[in-house]
Amino acid sequence: MCLAIPGQIVEIAEKEPLARVNVGGVTRNVNVGLLDDGAVAPGDWILIHVGFALSKIDEGQAHDQLRMLRAMGEDGLAIEEVRGYRFAEPSQ
Amino acid sequence: MKYVDEFRDAGIISGVAREIARTAKPSRLYRIMEVCGGHTHSIYRHGLRDVLPANIELVHGPGCPVCVLPTGRVDDGLAIAARENVILTCFGDMMRVPGTKGTPLELKARGADIRMVYSPLDALRIAASNPEKHVCFFAIGFETTAPSTALTILRAQELGVNNFSVFCNHVTIVPAMRAILDSPDMRIDGFVGPGHVSSITGCRPYEFIARDYGKPVVVSGFEPLDILESILLILRQLDAGEARVENQYKRIVPWEGNPPALMALARVFELRPYFEWRGLGFISQSALSIKPDFAGFDAEKLFNVPGVRVTDPRGAQCGEVLKGVLKPPQCKLFGTECNPEHPVGALMVSSEGACAAYYRYAMHASAVEA
Amino acid sequence: MTVLQPVRKTPHFADTQIEMAHGAGGIASRRLVEGLIGSYLSNPILQTFADAATISVNGSNVATTADGFVVKPLRFPGGSIGELAVNGTLNDLAVSAAKPIALMATLILEAGLPTSTLESEVEAMAIAARKAGVCIVGGDTKVVEHGKADGMYVSTFGIGLVDGRVRIDAASIQPGDRILLSGPIGAHGITILLARGELDLQADLVSDTRPVWPFVSALMDRCASGVRWMRDPTRGGVATSLNELVRGTAYGVALYEDCVPMHDAVRGACELLGLDPLHIANEGQFLAVVAAEHADAALAAVRGVAGGEEAILIGEVRAEPKQRVIGINGYGGTRVIDMLVGDPLPRIC
Ligand code: SF4
Repeated sequence: MCLAIPGQIVEIAEKEPLARVNVGGVTRNVNVGLLDDGAVAPGDWILIHVGFALSKIDEGQAHDQLRMLRAMGEDGLAIEEVRGYRFAEPSQ
Repeated sequence: MKYVDEFRDAGIISGVAREIARTAKPSRLYRIMEVCGGHTHSIYRHGLRDVLPANIELVHGPGCPVCVLPTGRVDDGLAIAARENVILTCFGDMMRVPGTKGTPLELKARGADIRMVYSPLDALRIAASNPEKHVCFFAIGFETTAPSTALTILRAQELGVNNFSVFCNHVTIVPAMRAILDSPDMRIDGFVGPGHVSSITGCRPYEFIARDYGKPVVVSGFEPLDILESILLILRQLDAGEARVENQYKRIVPWEGNPPALMALARVFELRPYFEWRGLGFISQSALSIKPDFAGFDAEKLFNVPGVRVTDPRGAQCGEVLKGVLKPPQCKLFGTECNPEHPVGALMVSSEGACAAYYRYAMHASAVEA
Repeated sequence: MTVLQPVRKTPHFADTQIEMAHGAGGIASRRLVEGLIGSYLSNPILQTFADAATISVNGSNVATTADGFVVKPLRFPGGSIGELAVNGTLNDLAVSAAKPIALMATLILEAGLPTSTLESEVEAMAIAARKAGVCIVGGDTKVVEHGKADGMYVSTFGIGLVDGRVRIDAASIQPGDRILLSGPIGAHGITILLARGELDLQADLVSDTRPVWPFVSALMDRCASGVRWMRDPTRGGVATSLNELVRGTAYGVALYEDCVPMHDAVRGACELLGLDPLHIANEGQFLAVVAAEHADAALAAVRGVAGGEEAILIGEVRAEPKQRVIGINGYGGTRVIDMLVGDPLPRIC
């Protein structure tokens, strides 16, 4: 439930709790009123849901998680198991 | 896209999938409920079933706002749209949900002014630019969405916009999870817990599930790697004979939640004594209503909605599917009377709904014609 | 010319009113066209429900097509209704392997439309036609009351000469055949969605509207005998076109999802709004099913034409699952890729 997607803050409005946010090249004004005052700055990543920022993304946590998960795959040589993109031989 | 692509990395996913296969004991069946419709959607969208061992059964949970909204509430909302001089605004998800007299899209085709918005603030903007009309926002969603509605109401008050109201259907997930746990046919070993709800509520509200029911809950993100890691963490708890609340989604979810958002909720909303859920029936303290201080923005008070109770169409087994007791194809209407183009129940409407997801996914072989 | 006997079938269309979904190009459109319209007008040519109808005139195969354009806003980044009307019609001919000969256009104008708007649209039509080397040889003009149309609508008719070297027929596809896509998807649909302004999203994105004939023609020159089927994936997107391909055959399509190219902004908008890029409309792309042994040559031919550099093979025809389009991702996860149901609606909660 609740589709929410990460975006990066481009700029923050002066008076209102609004931030201009970039999501893969698409920009929108996002309300940051649900976050603590001054919690975010341009360059920060936030999670956007129905035009509001739900939370500031913790870069360190994301990094640690990915490092741990990557290590899990490496010992099993999992990369070799990656399937897909295998076209069948041309049918004669 | 940062924070998206890394969590869909095929190599890492294969590694975690192997780890799951190693951890899952072939001798037993694991029944894991993914609470959110967003999880259900992601599981089908990314083909995660294909990388999981067959003895892990995923049961779809109730966390899909349009799925749990009973037909009576849809009718109430559409009764507002049928009034003179009213613009009803709602999220795209609502547009195809059937009420007794049709879906919002059908009513719109017949001339009602129903508009889709991306944000409740967009609805407020429509109100500000149409002062001669009344603009009502059909609010749905769990704790994730409710703070946005709360802030919009506060903003409307601040700006003095008095032609704006909210038809509040916000619900809370924990009572629904409790209802499922108390259901006599409950047979779930652990929960992939709501990620975005928890960004607001934090992880504490689930502690009773671990403590009182002995089931692991792992608060989970929505990308393929998040869901797989959460499943792995549940398996590890089960194998160790533990039941704890764990936070897999630390990059988003603080353990204590989001205090300013919780404050906004407390300012604007109060708990309803009870609320009807589709399929689950009346659940006490499971939904929010607008506080009397903001009565001027409460569509239910302004419009005196009919408040009818409508029984689900005959044969529809949405409740059993929502509780995870039946799988979608076990519903008598699945794929015949009920299909994505002509949904009977809301689970067939939303792409997060278990039936719609299952319909698309499971129809590999049989070509069911609409 | 062959005289066609109408075959009257019983209408099979239960919907009591027309909804926007009936025009969105997905399942509902198909039911309307086949269930209601097709049942009254039924004849062997109409029955194929192809992009263009081929009739034989004194031994030559002539492709004919008709199209209507109701886009809102009239002007959008990368194009406008006039330009779209010309290219859209030409593209229906092109994917029927027909070299365009001439067009006709009917303009339905709303009273109150500024002359300057009309003039720039007529000019856009003239430029697009000139670029494609065809003339607009006739048409009609009607004016409706203010409030009865969104500025202007354009209805077109196009005629082209079918290239005798290829036979476009869904029934001729074989397991192993490759699916070729001419370039990134979704740019048109997302550009229009953003240009309407309702969602308050901005992006540096332009519609992909363009004639596809140069690519199709290069493809046929290079490997005419290997081309089995073509389609321009407009409303309903790539997903709907591929489903239409397989539904009349005994085979299915496997799509390598991570291979499908799209601009970042298309992807960003789709992630944000919960849309599937495979359902989003294109106006300057085409899909071709090419025999496996010709696939590399076909790709080289399309890539060799300016603007075709991003052409790519995105999948293949498979024996199973029959009449289904399956997406396969990088780790072997699969999903069913369905036709569009209704209008693409943003998913939010
Ligand atoms: S198939 Fe339709 S009626 Fe049956 S449970 Fe699913 S949504 Fe409800």
